[in-house]
Parts: sequence; C-alpha cells; structure tokens
Amino acid sequence: MSPEMLFNLLWTSLLQTLHMVAVSGLVGSLIGLPIGVFLATSARGELFPAPKLNQATGLVVNAARSTPFIILVVAIIPFTRLLAGTSIGTTAAIVPLTIATIPFFARLVEAAVRDVDKGLIEAARAMGATPMQIVFKVLLAEARPAILLAFTMTLVSLIGYSAMVGAVGGGGLGDLGIRYGYQRFMPDVMLAVVVVLIVLVQLVQSAGDALARRFDKRNRKS
Amino acid sequence: MTASIARPMVAFEGVTKHFGEGETAFTALDGVDMAVGRGAITGIIGRSGAGKSTLIRLVNGLEKASSGRVTVDGTEVGGLSDTGLRGLRREVGMIFQHFNLLSSRTAFDNIALPLEIAGLDRAAIAAKVGPLLDLVGLGDKAERYPSELSGGQKQRVGIARALATSPKLLLSDEATSALDPETTQSILALLKRINAELGLTVLLITHEMEVVKTIATDVAVIDRGRIVEQGRTFDIFTAPKHETTRSLLASTLGTSLPEWLRGGLKAEAAAGDRILVRLTFFGATAFQPLTARLVAEIGTDVNILAGAIEEIAGEPFGTLVVAYPAAPEVLARADRFYAETGLATEVLGYVA
Repeated sequence: MSPEMLFNLLWTSLLQTLHMVAVSGLVGSLIGLPIGVFLATSARGELFPAPKLNQATGLVVNAARSTPFIILVVAIIPFTRLLAGTSIGTTAAIVPLTIATIPFFARLVEAAVRDVDKGLIEAARAMGATPMQIVFKVLLAEARPAILLAFTMTLVSLIGYSAMVGAVGGGGLGDLGIRYGYQRFMPDVMLAVVVVLIVLVQLVQSAGDALARRFDKRNRKS
Repeated sequence: MTASIARPMVAFEGVTKHFGEGETAFTALDGVDMAVGRGAITGIIGRSGAGKSTLIRLVNGLEKASSGRVTVDGTEVGGLSDTGLRGLRREVGMIFQHFNLLSSRTAFDNIALPLEIAGLDRAAIAAKVGPLLDLVGLGDKAERYPSELSGGQKQRVGIARALATSPKLLLSDEATSALDPETTQSILALLKRINAELGLTVLLITHEMEVVKTIATDVAVIDRGRIVEQGRTFDIFTAPKHETTRSLLASTLGTSLPEWLRGGLKAEAAAGDRILVRLTFFGATAFQPLTARLVAEIGTDVNILAGAIEEIAGEPFGTLVVAYPAAPEVLARADRFYAETGLATEVLGYVA
C-alpha cells in the first residue's frame, strides 16, 4: 500500500471516529447529565426525594452498563433502524454509542455531584434557595471540574468503543485496524492506527485536564 | 427568661425533636422552652451531642420539630409552606463552623449568591456586595477565591454573605470553633459590632464558654436535650446553679482548684486544719480593695491559693480561693467581715 493510500485511509477513518465520538459523546452526555444529577439527589431525604424512581433508574443504568457493548450494538438494531433510518454505517453506529454513553456518564456525574460538600447544600437551603437553584448554582457549579474530567473519560472510552462498531459497518480507526491490519495482515496499517489512536486519546485527555484545572479553584496558591 | 421577654425574636415552646424510629430512636431535644430577646446576642452552650445544632436548625426550618412550637418574630416556622419557609430564610442569616463557601466562586460572588437566589439583578447585587465587603474588612479581597483566604477571612465572607439579604436575625453555628484564639476574638468583635450597628439579633451556639463570656448578653445552657439554666450571662456565670454549667465554667473562669489541693481536701475539719474558701467579687464588691481588709480582719495567717479576674459580658468578675485556720474565733471574724461587705463565699473544704 502506498503511503498516500494509507494516509487517505487513515484520514477518512479518523474523521469517521471523530464524527461518531463527538456526536455520541455530546448527545449521550447531555442526556446522561440530568440522569446523573437525579441519581445523586433523589434518594430519601435529599433534594428531590423519590426513592422508588431513584432505585428504578439505578437498576436500568446498571443493566445498560453490564451489557457488553458489542451485544448492545446488535441487540438494538431495530431501534437504530427506527432512529437513523438504517442499521449500517457511521450514522447508524452513533445510536448504540450514544445509548452506551448515557449510563456511563450518568454514573460519573452522580459521583461528582455526591462529592460536593453537604455543608454547601445546607448553606444554600439556609439562604432560601429552591432545589433547582441548589442544583444549578451550587451542585453543578461546584462539581464542574469533576464533571469535565468525567466527560473527558467518557470521550476516551468512546474512542475505544467506536472500534467495535465496525460490526455494523460504522467505520472509523478501530475498524480500519481490524480489516486491514488484522484480516489482511498489514502490520504497518495496524501500527499507524494504534499511533493515531494514542495521539488522539492523549490530546483529548490533555485538553480535558487543562479545562478541569482552569475551573478548579480549590487549591489555588495566593 | 421566657416570661420576661415581650415579643421575643425567637421563641421555643415545649419543643421536642426525635430522630429515627423504634430501637434506634434518639431524642435530640426534650421539651425546650426558651426565648431570644430582640437585639440581644444570645448564646446557647452545651457539650457536643447536647442538642444545640438541632435547636438552631429549627429556627430556619432546616430541621422540623417533632412537637412544640418554634416562632420567629411571631411566625410559626413549622406552619410555613415551602415558599413561606424560603421567605423566612431570606430574613434569617446563618454562618457555619466550616464556613460553607463555594470554592468555585470568588468572595464577591459568594456574598452575591443569596441575592442571586432572591432574584436581584446584577446592578443591585453589586450595590449591596461592595459595602458588605467593606463592613467585614475585606474590601481588597473581592476577587479572591476561598482557597486564597485564611480561616478568619473565610468566616468574614460567610458573615457578609449571611448579611446580604438584610436579615433581622443571625444564626451562628459554632462560627469560631475552627479558628485560633486570636482570630476567634476578631470574629467575635465583628459580630458584636454588627449587633450594635445594625441592631441585628444574634443567636449563637457554641461549646466554648469563652465565646459566650465575650459577647453574649444572655445565655442558655443545654444538656441532653434540655435547657438546664438560662438568664443574663453575668448572672449565670457568677452564680451557676446547675452542675453542667459549673463544670463548663470551671475551665474558663480559673475557679477550678489546682490538682495538688483537690487531692487533700476533706469535708470535715479536724483540730488544727485550715479552711478553704472561695470568694467571689462582682458588682459593687469588684471595685473595693477587699483583699487588704481581709488580711487585716482575719489575721495575717491567710494565704491565696488560686484566683482570677475576668470580664463577663462587659462586667468585671473576680474569684479568689483563700485558706486560713479553721479555729472558731477566726471563722467568726471572717463571717462577720463577709456579712458586712456582702462578699459571696463558698466553703470548699478543709486541709491539714
């Protein structure tokens, strides 16, 4: 394979990966965020007490998280077809990736929100804040660095998951590695794919860390 | 105290509070009756677990009483809807032991938080926060984050934040317990100034007698969920009636006996023993040169074993532990002298 061909293959696959990770990461996190906040605030005696719904949500989240991703991809094909109009291709692959992101991100958000000092919630209640004001002005504001790190972790995981959607013709770097590097036994392609993935994960992680640090005012030196 | 205060700012009437059910049930408050005077600084003191945290949280509805009534400025807290409760909380500021400042907000934005919650616009918020920062002496720290401030400065931000909505009552939950003695004094001085300048009623809970002694005009002593003693701070401190009050006081007022003395103390006198008497000076007797007269009246065989001169809620107060021969003629002379001068005395025991 000529270097030019290899480059073109890599470039197309990179764009497919970025497309899948970006869309499913954003959509999945946007849906996962309120679910995570709900999980963290709806137990007995908390801001929005709804213990039954809290347990039910927790159960669904756990079920979704314990389903191996490759099984999820195949299992929800009818749903994918309903939503994307097709069950194969990059756009179709975004559906299972998004579904997998929601519970993953929700659990991370739950942990981040639970980590906020309970004293701050009490102080806000003593000021006459409504539960919604406490969520937006206290919990999300204070948990922001941790939520940014959770989002970074989610993107990194998605980059890994996206390698599996080759099973439904999703394309992307992982798929390239499997089809060319493994099935056609082209180790140079495999190596190139791995290098690009490492660089990509590194960039995402560094950007996420930097952003989280910028918003973290807890350990500033005067 | 309850009966003597007309239109109190806060009143507790037969208040009880239980936590949990069945086997694990715990009674935090057990029939509390108490009134907090308008414009006063009232201290509630007790050991940890005595119920004081629960008591103060009933005032702004962070906890709900199991039975009894809690009223703030005539409004019964337990009868308020969620909306009514939020309205009340805007009229009652609160400061905390661990400050509870948002780490993600600057000093300015922390003070602005209750105003944002109340729905004020940016201009109105800025107009309120600036003067508050100056009031607490942090005019130059507006853009600092809590992690860049010292403990005392954080509590000043906490105080400014509690004052932002111009409350009529300030609740202080162990506000100085995490601070060193010097910073504690400066925070107490600030609270005293705010009380005087703004006419704000202050209700504080603490386990430190020092805090009550320094700023509280009135005090209630709480023990195992009951108020065991309440009244003017000076009266309670100079003539404590309940055992809890005495033991809380002993460490602060220098009235506890040195270890070596307590060991040899006897309840009955034997021949040749010396009597140990605690003299208490306050009010008129605090200003008279009584020690010299004591020696002149009783004889030169008087020695001073312990003593301290204190200021309680702005009034002088002294104690002196003296020993002299327990001979009948000496005792008679001493009693005559005490009766004549009005000194308060307490016989502690006898030593060989």
